[in-house]
Amino acid sequence: MSDAPLLDLRNLHVGIPGRGAPLDIVRDVGFTILPGEAFGLVGESGSGKSLTALSLIRLLKKPLAVSGGEILFKGEDLRNLSDKAMRRLRGDRIAMIFQEPMTALNPLKTVGRQIAEMFVLHRGMGWGEAQKRAVDALASVHVPAPEERVRAYPFQMSGGMRQRVMIAIALACDPDLLIADEPTTALDVTVQDEVLKLIAELCSARGTAVLLISHDLGVIANMCQRVGVMYQGRLVEERDTYDLFADPRHPYTQGLLGALPRLGSRHGEAGRQRLVDIDGMIADRESLSREFCSEARNPVRDPRQRAGGGA
Amino acid sequence: MLRFTIRRLLQVIPTLLAVALLIFVIFSVVPGSFASSLMADGRTAADPEMLARLNEQFGLDKPLYLRFADYITGLARFDLGTSFRTREPVLDVINARLWASLKLAVAAMAFAIVVGVPLGFIAALRPGSLLDSVTMIGAVSGLSLPQFWLGLLLMYLFALVLGWLPSFGYGGGSWRYLILPAITLGVTPLALLARTTRAGVLEIANEDFIRTARSKGMSEARVVRWHLVRNVMVLVVTTIGLQFGSMMGQAVVIEKLFSWPGIGSLLVDSVSIRDTPVVQGTILVIVVWFLLINTLVDIVYAAIDPRIKQT
Amino acid sequence: MRRFNLNLWLGGGLVLLVCVGAVFAPLLTSFDPVFDANLMYAEEPPDAQFWFGTDEQGRDVYTRVLYGARISLTVGIVSQIINSVIGLSLGISAAYWGGWWDDLVNGLTNTMLAVPSLIFALAIMAILGPGLPSLLIALGLTNWSWTCRIARSSTLSLKGQGYVLAARTLGYGDIRIMATQLLPNMVGPILVISTLGIGAAVLAEAALSFLGLGIRPPFPSWGSMLTGARELIVIAPWAAVFPGLAIFVTVLGFNLLGDGLRDLLDPHMRSRTA
Repeated sequence: MSDAPLLDLRNLHVGIPGRGAPLDIVRDVGFTILPGEAFGLVGESGSGKSLTALSLIRLLKKPLAVSGGEILFKGEDLRNLSDKAMRRLRGDRIAMIFQEPMTALNPLKTVGRQIAEMFVLHRGMGWGEAQKRAVDALASVHVPAPEERVRAYPFQMSGGMRQRVMIAIALACDPDLLIADEPTTALDVTVQDEVLKLIAELCSARGTAVLLISHDLGVIANMCQRVGVMYQGRLVEERDTYDLFADPRHPYTQGLLGALPRLGSRHGEAGRQRLVDIDGMIADRESLSREFCSEARNPVRDPRQRAGGGA
Repeated sequence: MLRFTIRRLLQVIPTLLAVALLIFVIFSVVPGSFASSLMADGRTAADPEMLARLNEQFGLDKPLYLRFADYITGLARFDLGTSFRTREPVLDVINARLWASLKLAVAAMAFAIVVGVPLGFIAALRPGSLLDSVTMIGAVSGLSLPQFWLGLLLMYLFALVLGWLPSFGYGGGSWRYLILPAITLGVTPLALLARTTRAGVLEIANEDFIRTARSKGMSEARVVRWHLVRNVMVLVVTTIGLQFGSMMGQAVVIEKLFSWPGIGSLLVDSVSIRDTPVVQGTILVIVVWFLLINTLVDIVYAAIDPRIKQT
Repeated sequence: MRRFNLNLWLGGGLVLLVCVGAVFAPLLTSFDPVFDANLMYAEEPPDAQFWFGTDEQGRDVYTRVLYGARISLTVGIVSQIINSVIGLSLGISAAYWGGWWDDLVNGLTNTMLAVPSLIFALAIMAILGPGLPSLLIALGLTNWSWTCRIARSSTLSLKGQGYVLAARTLGYGDIRIMATQLLPNMVGPILVISTLGIGAAVLAEAALSFLGLGIRPPFPSWGSMLTGARELIVIAPWAAVFPGLAIFVTVLGFNLLGDGLRDLLDPHMRSRTA
């Protein structure tokens, strides 16, 4: 893949305007994603993965804002786009799926209608035609009986089905880039794998690039060619996934890999292997308000504790 | 939907019976009959023989349980008894006044909704703005305002000083007589609606599905129209129902102030001459109104929130 | 750092102002609210001698407003205490004991909620006749449903907690557990709803007295002062303005105080509504 990068993120800073660069929550993050490539972003809760993702599509919540850097998408800096141009891009060229399929869908609207919105917004269709396309979209994410399911409400579906609906929405307009922020964290373990496979299958079939965000290295390893490791708002390592597992360089990455439980490990008795602790590093941002980095400052002692927490 | 409606209507009956019992007990157990108050005008001592004859005439000499049995069987036949004063059936007395009360309640509620809901909406879309602050101060003031005092001031200003509107009376049903009482009665629900709407908008605006809607590339106006309004209405409908239901009760003072010939002023007048059947009947009608409105709200609720019908 | 709680301080200030007026009424005026009637001075507009003007009998409106605070506060506070006692005992015991008692209390609460409390109070006043004791009973018996609901739901959630079970294991009696283990844990929300309830009772008292069913003239209740003022609003509007303003300030004070207490005790609510 020697094409020009689809996304070229350079020196991204996210912070609260007026507080000064040293207090930025995301600092100097940069990476590239090639067309059709799957790129993983891994890190613990509060490391800035989600903020990085949200800043790409300008959905940061106030008072947070991008305070520096360039977001080059197909060679054009997204920071220079007007709000209107950004809106046209959002959903159409860059789509996003979120962690909580429970709450990410409007409980009062049928899933069909919520998919159809994409065609009305970006393809200029009428509602009737859009609803018909919604059936196809549901079928494409392997939801059984899509003609009936379009009329279902989110509460009538399981978590896995809802996340499939989210994927159908995100991929409705064949975007160039799909941002998936912890897409399986809130799901049952048995469904996680199906949903990941679905994302991988659909994106590679359509040539959609993926930015997959997760705290789970296992998830990333299965899906992504390359991976970036974030720690305390910085990108500490960006490598080929295979290389990263073979030879982690940053101490945090080493800790992260060491903390992965492995089946059949010979340490300890009868597979009850002792998990490696990640030493807490003292944060250098004491003055930063608690609400944003309290999580980042707590050294993670046990990865099992983190399993439920998102970004 | 029909089954839901019927079930909700049937649930009203036990409450209604309980209220009927409660009212009956309160008015029967306590000493001081209508007959004695009718005769005790302060000038002549009550003549025992005359008292007994009056009591017998109204069936007040029978034991309590028989009277309650009579009362309930009467209710089942829509017979609320006979007015002590006019000797007319209570139902006819109330019927003659009901229309005026309904008109006032509907006008007041319409005023409250038309002004209160948009005000709360606009305030919430610009939190912290001048309009927001003024609306919220106005709302808490509106809730603390003695309505009859406000009515008195409005009457003074618009009727007596400016002479734009008639100060009191029914005016044969002319709308000009309706304006002042309706505004007066509508102020409290208006304040409450502005407050609930604002809180509801702020709550819904923080939901994940609003972020999803934005990530689809929707303009803010569409986010509001497609995803916010209906979800907020679900919250607001409850408040509307509660306010509309208790409006007949609230109206008592206002009707008296503006000499409005509704059941509220009928109640006050009957209380002061101890016309117990009319008092009981009027209270019962006010309670029926409350229960019917609440049932109606539940049905509306089920129509806009698909989650309700299931349970 | 906690945000400055404007509601709490403003509401508290207004309530304090009304309390001071009520308690020190005799020191704050040289007139008597009932007996200093003088037709020579009837319907005088506000001036240096009569700060709020005089009414149709020449009584000083300022004095009557001051003494009216005594009636309003007494009715508001005492009736709310009755309501709280009823609501708490029914709510806690219903949730604690459950069974038929819970069903009965629930039914009663729902019945009470179906009758607008002003109408209920009106019915009771109709039977008991006007006067302060009747008012206290009428308003004290009719506004406990919400307190009861809150007490019931917090008891339900507290009942299964370790320390309540521990108290039971230690052989504490039911009543003692309710009073010492359950009650202290719902003080916050009960305080909030009681503060708002006082405001509602003050409003209801004014309304009933305005209808001639509460405090009867010549005693200075704000509500009954407005009844008199209605007749002469064209000649003496001040007689209508000031008693109403006093009701407004008092109720506003309690409402703001209640909101402020809620912000103080339940930060979650603040983030949702502020």
